[in-house]
Amino acid sequence: MTDLFSKFDPLIAERQALLDTGVRDPFAIVMDRVLSPTQAIIQGKETILLGTYNYMGMTFDPDVIEAGKKALDEFGSGTTGSRVLNGTYQGHKACEDALKEFYGTKHAMVFSTGYQANLGLMSTIAGKDDYIILDADSHASIYDGCALGNANIVRFRHNSVEDLDKRLGRLPAEGGRLVVLEGVYSMLGDIAPLKEMVAVAKKHGAMIAVDEAHGMGFFGANGRGVFEEAGVEADVDFVIGTFSKSVGTVGGFIVSNHPKFDVLRLVCRPYVFTASLPPSVVATAATSIRKLMHAENKRAHLWKNSKRLHQGLRDLGYNIATKEAESAIIAVLLPDQEKAVMTWQALLEQGVYVNMARPPATPAGMFLLRCSLCAEHTDEQVDLILERFANAGRIAGVIG
Amino acid sequence: MTDRDETFAKVGELIAPFNKKGVELSEATTFAGDLEWDSLTVMDFVAAIEDEFDILITMNMQAEIETVGQLVNAVEDLRNGGE
Repeated sequence: MTDLFSKFDPLIAERQALLDTGVRDPFAIVMDRVLSPTQAIIQGKETILLGTYNYMGMTFDPDVIEAGKKALDEFGSGTTGSRVLNGTYQGHKACEDALKEFYGTKHAMVFSTGYQANLGLMSTIAGKDDYIILDADSHASIYDGCALGNANIVRFRHNSVEDLDKRLGRLPAEGGRLVVLEGVYSMLGDIAPLKEMVAVAKKHGAMIAVDEAHGMGFFGANGRGVFEEAGVEADVDFVIGTFSKSVGTVGGFIVSNHPKFDVLRLVCRPYVFTASLPPSVVATAATSIRKLMHAENKRAHLWKNSKRLHQGLRDLGYNIATKEAESAIIAVLLPDQEKAVMTWQALLEQGVYVNMARPPATPAGMFLLRCSLCAEHTDEQVDLILERFANAGRIAGVIG
Repeated sequence: MTDRDETFAKVGELIAPFNKKGVELSEATTFAGDLEWDSLTVMDFVAAIEDEFDILITMNMQAEIETVGQLVNAVEDLRNGGE
């Protein structure tokens, strides 16, 4: 009889070969203690966190913590139920109200994770005669949502306005159309040319969804995301987001002005057939979202940090995925898995944690060390990070 | 040459830049097995085919296409006005 696990043998062998070289497993890090949004203890060592997506550093905000504790006391540890049955508390509505205010939209729907928000929208909004047109570098949750639904799926080359235009032009006249874009693409930290893409999608009569998971909090005058900065708010039909990055907890959402939007609560399976977020989580999210509306100083400091790190790494001779810092993600390109893991480990031993990313999560077979900045990283921490990157790069032999 | 032969020849030309091992092409040549293409190569190649023939090959259709012959059939169907 076939062992169902035998299909994973090549991956198991590749991983073992890597670990046999004596490196630490980049996908099995444990944070023993977390001291702040930017510092943790990993294997007894105080480590600067540079790969958390905790962009706005809200995880230890005193008001946020207080709101969570209060909700835990008053509403208990969990809802034990679906949003459409016993799982909608006053806190879930308050959280949706905070989102409506933050985005200036008529409707907001909170999911248990950002992954589920994408899964829900893609699988529900487009049926078997409709088309979803998505960027080739779309996040796994977008692809998985498409796989869960019945729509026809068409891909266009990453960030190519011309390619999107051509593909939309070839669609049959019948059937609905949803173009799915992301403000920031999280692997390389590059942003989408949303102004041009939204115009093209509109020209072809498509609805538009923009995932702002990595843009919320620090793009645009109100921190709504890249779509706000691009001035296309009026033309975007759905914005998808997460609480697990700038908001600093866990959860997902969709906001929209479509008059029929709320029907999704009844038909969206990843919304209906799962338990809702615990009261403490929605309370922390709502408090954080309201504070993010007025976080101008934090935004400015986050951008300063991102630009400094990008410039500093370039000066050291590192190869970065984008020419300039386009977002708070700075992706360092390394030639192969071995060099990537060596650099990653050398950084960890010096006290800097970054994300390692490898195919198939990365485009074009790249090996990346992904750094994500936090508004709470101090200037001194950025100095230390650069110093440690200089040492680590020399140890691994990836810079001169 | 029939239209189908011409389409086969054109598909062959578009496969060439991605045919790193110089595999000889037949109707039964498979993309994953014989040509050893990964998903990124498939993506680039599909885009090239779509642009050449001015058609769309959805991801749903791609999942059903395993051989060069099946692709040629699909291209022929799409050029003759749909599925």
